[in-house]
Amino acid sequence: MSLRWVFRGGVSAPHRKNTFESETSVINIPEKVIIPMVQHIGAPCTPLVKQGDTVKVGQKIGDSEAYVSVPIHSSVSGTVTRVEPMLYASGKLVMSVEIKTDGNQEIYEGISAPEVKNKDDFLKAVRNSGLVGLGGAGFPTHVKLNPPKDKEIDCLIINGAECEPYITSDYREMVENPSRVIKGVKLVLDYLNIPKAIIGIEDNKPKAIQMLADLAKSDKRISVQRLRSIYPQGAEKTLIYTVTGRKIPSGKLPADVGCIVLNVNTVSFIASYIENGMPLIQRRVTVDGPVVSQPKNVLVPIGTSLQDLFDFCGGFKSTPYKVLMGGPMMGIAQYSLETSVIKNTNAILAFDKKEGDLPAEWACIRCGKCVEACPMNLMPLEINRLVMANKTGELERYHILDCIECGSCSYSCPSKRHLVQSIRIGKDAVRRVKVNRN
Amino acid sequence: MENNRLYVCSSPHLRDNVTTQRIMLDVIIALLPATAAGILFFGLRSALIIVTTVAASVLTEYLMRKGLKREQTVSDLSAVVTGLLLALNLPPSIPVWIAIVGAVIATGLIKQLFGGLGQNFMNPALGARVILVVAWAKYMTVWTEPFVDAVANATPLGLLDAATTATPAASAGVNYSYLDMFLGNIPGCIGETSALAILLGFAYLLFRKVISWHIPVIYTGTVAVLTWILGPEGIFTGDPLYHVLAGGLLMGAVFMATDYVTSPMTRKGIVIYAAGCGLLTVLFRLYGNMPEGVSFAIILMNIVTPLIDRYTIPVAFGGEKHVE
Repeated sequence: MSLRWVFRGGVSAPHRKNTFESETSVINIPEKVIIPMVQHIGAPCTPLVKQGDTVKVGQKIGDSEAYVSVPIHSSVSGTVTRVEPMLYASGKLVMSVEIKTDGNQEIYEGISAPEVKNKDDFLKAVRNSGLVGLGGAGFPTHVKLNPPKDKEIDCLIINGAECEPYITSDYREMVENPSRVIKGVKLVLDYLNIPKAIIGIEDNKPKAIQMLADLAKSDKRISVQRLRSIYPQGAEKTLIYTVTGRKIPSGKLPADVGCIVLNVNTVSFIASYIENGMPLIQRRVTVDGPVVSQPKNVLVPIGTSLQDLFDFCGGFKSTPYKVLMGGPMMGIAQYSLETSVIKNTNAILAFDKKEGDLPAEWACIRCGKCVEACPMNLMPLEINRLVMANKTGELERYHILDCIECGSCSYSCPSKRHLVQSIRIGKDAVRRVKVNRN
Repeated sequence: MENNRLYVCSSPHLRDNVTTQRIMLDVIIALLPATAAGILFFGLRSALIIVTTVAASVLTEYLMRKGLKREQTVSDLSAVVTGLLLALNLPPSIPVWIAIVGAVIATGLIKQLFGGLGQNFMNPALGARVILVVAWAKYMTVWTEPFVDAVANATPLGLLDAATTATPAASAGVNYSYLDMFLGNIPGCIGETSALAILLGFAYLLFRKVISWHIPVIYTGTVAVLTWILGPEGIFTGDPLYHVLAGGLLMGAVFMATDYVTSPMTRKGIVIYAAGCGLLTVLFRLYGNMPEGVSFAIILMNIVTPLIDRYTIPVAFGGEKHVE
């Protein structure tokens, strides 16, 4: 299929997919894991275990009554050593469960393939699996799969764009388990009664496009769409527009334009859970960056510390200056190597001072490169100017809340201005004013 | 945790390698053909003027930043660009002291007093040029014939003006060929006469993606169409090619009107601005009391640029009324 809809803006960030050919290796079970009780957008879980308890692989250790939340399972067998707030990937302290592993990886007795006969069973199973969006945002999948009744969904979009530099976690899933991906797509189409699915993949991954397109031939509902390799192609709004021509209105969700978007790893996990009932306790993480000795894709138990992960990849060539969870465009800088891999961690990257340092800001020369780069059609420089001048009242004129924080503006700025950073501050101020008004 | 002190900052963590300094350097490189043409046609005196204004501009910036107790910005090369652009927009016979005054006005008054790079409300070089034209009209309108150190009759636009305001016969015999105008073998400001040199610079700027084609092409196109329509013998009798090649239009359209700081950023804004520059240029040229109008036209559009930007805020993605 050729491209009919091309979103404006975006940047040609370097791909740096060094781990393209790195087949997933399995990490040795670490001595301990720290599993936070928040690994998703929504209500945090309450720990179901206490210090001294023994747990097994796949055993539920945290859950919540809230709808927008998913249970959390132990990724290892061993003994609970601590249940208390610990350092989390966002830099905050979050209630977490520390488990000292026994190395036996004994499977929990309750694990068995779920019985799924209809949509309700299916949604329940997806929730029980602990699944969240594995592409990065971490939104509970069962909520995504169950849009309000008045929204008719006619298109399932599978996100295989993987437009962030370095990350190849989705790519490896597509080339290592292509039939599982397709199987997952079919399951969602069947149970949710959606007429078609489009798998969007950037054209820098021809092998994945080929493999999935071949497998999709067997099902008329499924097609593969080759996408331009331009950042942020994989952002929800730009992806939906590119494959369907539909634009999500400001402040709305994919369901408002009849779409559900799932990451390839997410949909593939659905297939594996329905098959064997093992909840989400491990994931593939791309470990890369200029100071990592052996960049590779690693299958990691949730809760493994970044230190253990880097050790498995041969440690560092030189002292890391900055460590990111996620890609370089939207990833979160980590305070410490003690934080652990969570469900939506698709990559861990380490940089030296040269690449990791925040460049000094120069004066804005109003070149308009940020305006050109913005896929949401905003004027980042004006928002930056207003935020710096504390003129919160004018920010909505410039549609500040439509910013998706993709970073294209900061990336393209010749004066290295901290545009996204100021937009985040501005968004926060605007939201606070709104809350106070209501 | 003490031994793992990591640097934390907000995303994105990756930046393109383009810098403000590199952009300024590209503009300087793009101006080299026009600079060389100026020296070739008008002799070493042009080189003296160029060196003088660049030095004066850089020194003014340095001293003002020091005096105002601001961090030094000379290394961003923008003062060099301003000095060079000013020189290329001065007549070759300009007294050196006037050139220096011009550089001080451009960098000191119009740029630094308003806050430095990015804060000026009009193009510094053009603003200075206009002040010089008004203050020292006598020196700013003396033109030199290329290759000979002699005072010329008039620039191509001066001839046109004479033809329309005096008797038509007065200039019948004297005219410049398109080829001379294209190559730059005509009287005029140091850097504005050679269309060829300016187009080479334009090509370089496009290649380096420093500017897009929109402002130069829309500006020049507007002038061409309007001068063709509003011809001396009635509508559609004008000579658009003559108007495009004569005077400072190409220099203005490629290097002055495209100044980032003083031109709009949105696509709609750029069209309004460039077409406005074209319209005003034609009005000044055909109906004004001076032969040239490019500087005034661009400066007026510079001044309304903030207004254009304010009223052309683009609709955000998905903000359209009707969504299919």
